Amino acid sequence: MTRPFVSALVILIAAVAAFFLFPYNLAFLTRILIMIVLVLSLDLVLGFAGIATLGQAAMYGAGAYAAGLFAIHVWADPVAGLLIGALAGAALAALSGAVLMRTQGLTLIMLTIAVAQICAEIANRARPVTGGADGLRGIRPGKVLGIWEFDFIGITGYWYALAIAGLVFAALFVIGRSPFGLSLRGIHESPARMEAIGVSVYRRRLAAYTLGGGIAGIAGALSAQITQLVSLEAFSFTLSAEALIMLILGGTGRLYGAVLGTVIFMAVHHTAAANDPFNWLFVIGALVLAVVFFLPSGIAALPTSLKRLAKGGRHAGS
Amino acid sequence: MQGLEVRGLSKHFGGLVVSENIDFDLKPGARKALIGPNGAGKSTFANLVTGILTPSGGTIRFDGEDIAGLDEAQRVKRGIAKTFQITTLFPRLTVRENLRLPVLEREGLGRRMFARADSNRAIEDEIAALIDQFDLGPLADRPVLDLAYGQQRLVEMALSLALKPRVLILDEPAAGVPSSETHLIIEAIERLPRELAVLVIEHDMDLVFRVATSIVVLVQGRILTEGTPQEIATNARVRELYLGGAHG
Repeated sequence: MTRPFVSALVILIAAVAAFFLFPYNLAFLTRILIMIVLVLSLDLVLGFAGIATLGQAAMYGAGAYAAGLFAIHVWADPVAGLLIGALAGAALAALSGAVLMRTQGLTLIMLTIAVAQICAEIANRARPVTGGADGLRGIRPGKVLGIWEFDFIGITGYWYALAIAGLVFAALFVIGRSPFGLSLRGIHESPARMEAIGVSVYRRRLAAYTLGGGIAGIAGALSAQITQLVSLEAFSFTLSAEALIMLILGGTGRLYGAVLGTVIFMAVHHTAAANDPFNWLFVIGALVLAVVFFLPSGIAALPTSLKRLAKGGRHAGS
Repeated sequence: MQGLEVRGLSKHFGGLVVSENIDFDLKPGARKALIGPNGAGKSTFANLVTGILTPSGGTIRFDGEDIAGLDEAQRVKRGIAKTFQITTLFPRLTVRENLRLPVLEREGLGRRMFARADSNRAIEDEIAALIDQFDLGPLADRPVLDLAYGQQRLVEMALSLALKPRVLILDEPAAGVPSSETHLIIEAIERLPRELAVLVIEHDMDLVFRVATSIVVLVQGRILTEGTPQEIATNARVRELYLGGAHG
């Protein structure tokens, strides 16, 4: 029971250390934290429940625009903004999921992409409200819990994002071990068997998709508040696809994989793009290939894989 | 009437008739077997009773209630469970987790998010008892995909039993199991709760004659005859149509 606790502590210490080690990269570190929240939401939907999606950005964008508009027109309180973002993401997931969760496989993937594209087009056309291609500007979030003001360097932003990412991780950790989490893994393993034990697979998948949408909405809201800008990129296919690659890199269905994959992807992206702005994608591609071939369960499974390799070596031929 | 009561049940796929005017009763505590050559419509019958398929005609009553309009999940809640002809488990979950899922769902706890799945003492005791009943103790915390096929068939039965059904349909429980392990399946069936109504669909005649007190013979979607194992074994038409088939 102490192992997950130790791992969580290590991640937390690393996050705190990063703050002091890279004081001039806070914006980038904060961006990693926001992506971690998005990739965690994808881990719930894809890693646990096995819902194949390439459109998680739809809920992220909905959360971002909702939180941005809420801050501009209603109330600048950041925590209230996060709740609005979560609600917007969950509402979009529930609404689209009501249709999408009746499909699976390739059909489902195409439909998730379509939903995100439709959202992007709506945001583009509704220029008077969203700012269209210029993006939504003028978001001035208030003090966090009425105490900490967002500063120019991004100190508040970093701790705020870390706190939210930690809370989301903890919540998903609890849910992952709950009966609901177990039933999602059951659906992932065998939907037919889940029906045969009296579960409406459709409704359970819709619940997971909605919850994942809410968390993606939180990620979007965080991004809107901290960067004080929402662009059409929030709905982009690239964002959905990159989130998926991060999850596959780290390993699905175990939450730590989402964290690890995001950190590695973003760090490699950051350094490779700085060194070679034209060919950095090649590095990412090679990394993904290596993981898929040699570590199909993701980088988070490396210790287990090494253990199995060592064991297999001893019992060779048996 | 208590138990399952099927009257005039038919199923057509377009012009193809797979079930025709089937009358069938299964009372509490019954041990019935359904036999018949390949393509006789045995699995179709099981799927009609469990709600995977919708009948083209006829009625299905359970404890007097018409259940023909209910879907699979609703029938499971009423107490009708089945095992699959092809093992259908949660391969990467452990034996214990495989059994935890049906018990949690039966108790209506499957949507809980903020309690540990393994924290309910009564449920964990019940799972342990099931594991003992099927002699799966040493394998309890291994992923199901690590188990031998015969053992997986036992998990499949344990999983259905975990729903506390009143009717259990075993669709070819010994299919794919090496003959050296068939006795495990037979013993497991013999140890099922006395009051449970059991319908076994099976090719293995040893198994059928060991566990069933009544045998229904299905041929081309119709019931040919029904009787005790002795009656069926001596029935000339059955021998000719089905049992004799093995000798060409």
